[in-house]
Amino acid sequence: MYRYDEFDRRFVAERVAEFRDQVARRLSGELTEDEFRPLRLMNGVYLQLHAYMLRIAIPYGSLNATKLRRLARIARTYDRGFGHFTTRQNLQFNWIRLEDVPAILGELAEVEMHAIQTSGNCIRNVSADHFSGAAADEVADPRVYAEILRQWSSLHPEFSFLPRKFKIAVTAAEHDRAAIQVHDIGLHVKRGEAGEIGFSVYVGGGLGRTPMVAKKVRDFLPEAELLSYCEAILRVYNLYGRRDNKYKARIKILLHEAGVDEIARQIEEEYEQVRRRGVLLLPREEIDRIAAYFAPPAFEELPARSVTLERAKALDAGLAEFVARNVTTHKVPGYASVTISLKAIGAPPGDASAEQMEAVAAIAEAYAHDEVRVSHEQNLVLPHVRLDDLPVVYAALQKADLATPNAGYITDIIACPGLDYCSLANARSIPVAQRIAERFGDPARQREIGDLKIKISGCINACGHHHVGHIGILGVDRKGEEFYQITLGGSGDEMCSIGEIVGKGFSSEEVVDAVETIVDTYLKLRQGPGETFLAAFRRLGEAPFREALYADAG
Amino acid sequence: MALYKNGSFVEDTWRFLAAEDDVPSDGAIVLGKARFLAEREALAGRNAPLGIIIEPGEGLAGIEADIHRFALVVLPFPKYTDGRAYSLARMLREEHGYRGELRASGNVLRDQVRFMWRCGIDALEVTHAGTIAALQAGAVSPVTHHYQPAGLEAVEHRLAGARPWLRRAAAHP
Repeated sequence: MYRYDEFDRRFVAERVAEFRDQVARRLSGELTEDEFRPLRLMNGVYLQLHAYMLRIAIPYGSLNATKLRRLARIARTYDRGFGHFTTRQNLQFNWIRLEDVPAILGELAEVEMHAIQTSGNCIRNVSADHFSGAAADEVADPRVYAEILRQWSSLHPEFSFLPRKFKIAVTAAEHDRAAIQVHDIGLHVKRGEAGEIGFSVYVGGGLGRTPMVAKKVRDFLPEAELLSYCEAILRVYNLYGRRDNKYKARIKILLHEAGVDEIARQIEEEYEQVRRRGVLLLPREEIDRIAAYFAPPAFEELPARSVTLERAKALDAGLAEFVARNVTTHKVPGYASVTISLKAIGAPPGDASAEQMEAVAAIAEAYAHDEVRVSHEQNLVLPHVRLDDLPVVYAALQKADLATPNAGYITDIIACPGLDYCSLANARSIPVAQRIAERFGDPARQREIGDLKIKISGCINACGHHHVGHIGILGVDRKGEEFYQITLGGSGDEMCSIGEIVGKGFSSEEVVDAVETIVDTYLKLRQGPGETFLAAFRRLGEAPFREALYADAG
Repeated sequence: MALYKNGSFVEDTWRFLAAEDDVPSDGAIVLGKARFLAEREALAGRNAPLGIIIEPGEGLAGIEADIHRFALVVLPFPKYTDGRAYSLARMLREEHGYRGELRASGNVLRDQVRFMWRCGIDALEVTHAGTIAALQAGAVSPVTHHYQPAGLEAVEHRLAGARPWLRRAAAHP
């Protein structure tokens, strides 16, 4: 876990003081709402349907018990006792008073947290693989680079008024769990022929109204040149990104209109200038200095198979089910990563109560080297747990209603806050997610269906990432009524694809039946349980699904 | 409108030439980029200070070789959410070695002033009353710890022994 030094502490303290003053000027009327809006957005404060919302940065989703307990305390003191984990690995509080924001930022600063750049047209929280440091397939720890990027992008004087928001994600594994190809910049950490670290650089991915898969602009950028190259990309975007229409302002549109070759040429040209100046080159010892913060905990030498766990599993089918679904292989024998599903059947996806946050904090301290991650799929992760400890961790999670064994199943749904909270939404998302989860809640049925990602957005801005859902659901407004459009075949991983609209939309009453029709069609047509929904869809195309959905309509 | 430079509000000695005005033979004048390009040859023989206004969408294309001729570059901020001029400022300072006055005009608000200074802007044309008051009181952004090298060594400096991308603000320009 990165730890602040005196410089970092002073920076955040100064920023809190600045925002305190900005809020005071807004409350006194010196700043109009129009003048205040970009300032509050740069600090994560949105005006929602019912109240202000405060989004707190969780850099690359990394938390510890101290931070989690503080978030719980803020939830209890200033909100309604819960928080909502987001697809950007952040946390948002939906019922905040503007007057309280400076005090909350002060509380966050005490535990080395802030809300800087969690919204606004600037570089947002840098995200990374939630299994960083634990995944068996990573070539390095992507958090090191995410942290360097976080620092460089914090209150960047040149890039704080971009055409639109800008998102960067980092993965260090071939299997992309960070969805880098739907980011403005996606970085794939790799090793070169001599074992040296470098990055494949992808630019111009994104969801929203115009979903696009990123294009690769560099196959192997040397490690030391990370910041120089990103500065060049951002400069080209800042100068030439469209500012006439906010729906065409992301870098993906610039890339699409000018062509990837032209933009890549401009980036390289600008890069020559930045590199010549040399100040952003990363010296080896400085990368090592950051990497030291992410050094692995002192793992014990353990057998790969835990007798304790196997015995407990034999006695407790619930534990066996949980381990089969929510436990992931670790790079160190005898350890595992545990996914804590925030998708209890019937609950709003991504929500956690103050008590649940505290329970996870206690478990992390006792059994998980004090590390917790937020995944972009709106779950929590304990990256380092001994297999021997899984039975007791499972029991503790059960006590906190956090042991739902559905990671990656059809009920592990991503949903945006939707019309229940958001002033942009056209339709509700959370109730649809709840109803789907209830329909498919039977464990045996979920098991039979296997891996299936449903993602729901309440409007075209696509905060629920429906374009990359195996089944995507988009809420639209049709003459004042909520309707839901379904897309099929999307995926955010290394085989990234944008889902295709399958046909006309469904009413709120019909949409869960439609999902069931799709699932039944898959079960009927798959070549056995080994063929996942996505694999079957890619083999079959949308025709059989369309037919099943619309046959009766004629 | 007030011009803030070198820590205080000062008289503006530059004449912004209107479209219908002829170029006078002496005195410091400021022209738009289009007019400068149209009259570049004629201006070459003129022996008096020359300034240029570069709108955010115009960029530096076509004047790269002329930058040393200017004693003033004015970068308008038509809306303070339009951040293009920050990039132009840094490119002028860092890529073209421009050392003359670099002036922000338009919608200059106190919450942007620190960013402007950091990108190499050293003069501000201010109309916003709150911003004028803040500059007079020296109450611009309190953020003096920075995570990235930008601008000039006079505005911020490296810290001995610290991460090389960190900077501390020096005195205001």
